[in-house]
Amino acid sequence: MFTRNGAIATASLWLVLTGGVSLAETPNLGRPIDEAAIAAWDISILPDGTGLPKGSGAPAQGAPIYAEKCAACHGDNGKGGEAAALVSDRQLAGISAAQKTIKNFWPYSTTIFDFIRRAMPFQMPRSLSDDEVYALTAYILAENKLIGATDTMDAQTLPKVKMPNRDNFIIRFPDRI
Amino acid sequence: MSKHRDMRGQALEAAAGNGLIDRRALLGRGIALAGAMGAGIGPSSAAAGAEPLAQPLADPSWSLEFGDRTSPYQMRSKFEAKVVRTLSNPKNEFRNSHSRTPHHQLEGTTTPNGLHFTINHGGIPEIDPDQHRLVIHGLVKRPLEFTLETLSRYPMVSRTTFVECGGNSAPMFSPEPLQETVQALHGLASCAEWTGVRLSTLLEETGIDPRATWFIAEGADSPHLSRSVPMKKALDDAMIALYQNGERLMPGNGYPMRLLLPGYEGNMNVKFLRRIKLVEQPALSMYEARTYSPILPSGKAYRFYFLQEVKSFITYPSHGHALKGPGLYEISGIAYSGTGPIEKVMVSADGGQSWAQAALQEPVLSKAFTRFRLPWRWNGGPATLLSRAWDQSGNVQPTRAEFVAARGELTKPPPVLGFLNQHYNSITSWGVASNGEVKHVYA
Repeated sequence: MFTRNGAIATASLWLVLTGGVSLAETPNLGRPIDEAAIAAWDISILPDGTGLPKGSGAPAQGAPIYAEKCAACHGDNGKGGEAAALVSDRQLAGISAAQKTIKNFWPYSTTIFDFIRRAMPFQMPRSLSDDEVYALTAYILAENKLIGATDTMDAQTLPKVKMPNRDNFIIRFPDRI
Repeated sequence: MSKHRDMRGQALEAAAGNGLIDRRALLGRGIALAGAMGAGIGPSSAAAGAEPLAQPLADPSWSLEFGDRTSPYQMRSKFEAKVVRTLSNPKNEFRNSHSRTPHHQLEGTTTPNGLHFTINHGGIPEIDPDQHRLVIHGLVKRPLEFTLETLSRYPMVSRTTFVECGGNSAPMFSPEPLQETVQALHGLASCAEWTGVRLSTLLEETGIDPRATWFIAEGADSPHLSRSVPMKKALDDAMIALYQNGERLMPGNGYPMRLLLPGYEGNMNVKFLRRIKLVEQPALSMYEARTYSPILPSGKAYRFYFLQEVKSFITYPSHGHALKGPGLYEISGIAYSGTGPIEKVMVSADGGQSWAQAALQEPVLSKAFTRFRLPWRWNGGPATLLSRAWDQSGNVQPTRAEFVAARGELTKPPPVLGFLNQHYNSITSWGVASNGEVKHVYA
């Protein structure tokens, strides 16, 4: 039948695109599950805001949550402690990753929300409500003067925050994407 | 010595400067090596003749008594207890933990499971394999859930491949060579035979929406580590690995299942894999948006580096070893490339002035550790040992000067455990002093 890798790849692509329940000889032991049943795990957020949950939070709401749940590691007002500083005016200079800050390096505000929601607080991940994650994200953005002190973050406003370093990246190997 | 041997010895002398001997001397012919020894070093020399005779042999105690019991899961000899990984966070404080492979104490190409490097960002989760679930969803025709038991019934493939942290060799960005072992410098790379199910096999069952260009992989560890991977890789050689060197994955390597992306940055090979979501755009999770986006001297940064590029380093002799007098040694090292098989490795003993081609241990596998070896007669004088690898796609390991010009150098030495830079693949040099000590040098 097919002997060339390209032909095989093309053939299997055709199968998956047209088949779903494929013609290929696979065990078919995957158990169907609907997106509603996956919802508790589906915390993926894309830079355009796809996947951001309902809810909202403002910097003033984030400040007390930060003081209670984050400051022990990240320092008062995000200035840094045992864990990285979250608020800094440091300019990017040199090639050390230690130079990277949210303000001078992180290209998308959605990454802040995503990482807090999936991994923070380090000892108790997934313990914050979505409103609390929005509030903390807003607090960090406001302390970095990337949004106004009273700006509320939600699924519409967060992806619109323009991060200063967004256009400063080079795709290393475009042909691998 | 016969004329034939003389001629043979002469031919073997010529590989490169400062004592490098032709790799063909490694074909297991002791007589050829004897010919290659030349005057003054071999067993027939005056120095060798002055050695006192060995003591008369006697039976040691272990030959005179019944031995130890056999255990269900055997451990190595207690005399090997010093061959261990080095730990960055032995008390398991609330931060990430690295363990590094002791390359300078190992040989061959397979990293034993107990010595495979690990990096975990939220400790090692204790996952009950019966309760673990893998879901594939997003831009698919029908989302599916798999268990370890069901996955174990799928057609399996075995693939020997290295996994390397994108931050491996970060200390090499130091402006001066750090006096550290190859374990400290390059210990965040290991090689194993991984067995599991091709991701493409599972995607045939879920179906793929043509809009899907990336998938997001997520772990069941406490940081829910997440990375975006192009669908190209999913349909190429991505695998859900269930076995590591024939047994189930080690807990620190992702038990009970991990994503395996041969040749790609270790962090993307998501461990404790529990969710794969097909999407239209990458998530720019923290590890891709920040951590593994290396800053360039221009101030811009690379994004989606992915590839662990062609690389090699000498593991023997290396820093921490001490050569005990002039004579014949075998230089030994590891080469690998995320692009494909290694084509050749060149070795220098004179700081890069002259080079000899090393022997490659068969089989030379794509995206796997390849062991290289070369006989070397150390004359007792200063020597600087380097290795440089080429892969079969035509990529070559850059010289340090080339690498620093392209990627820069730190302004001061970094902490050896720090991850201040990523994706170093230039040359490592070892300076052998007359007293046999081996230092890390920049040649």
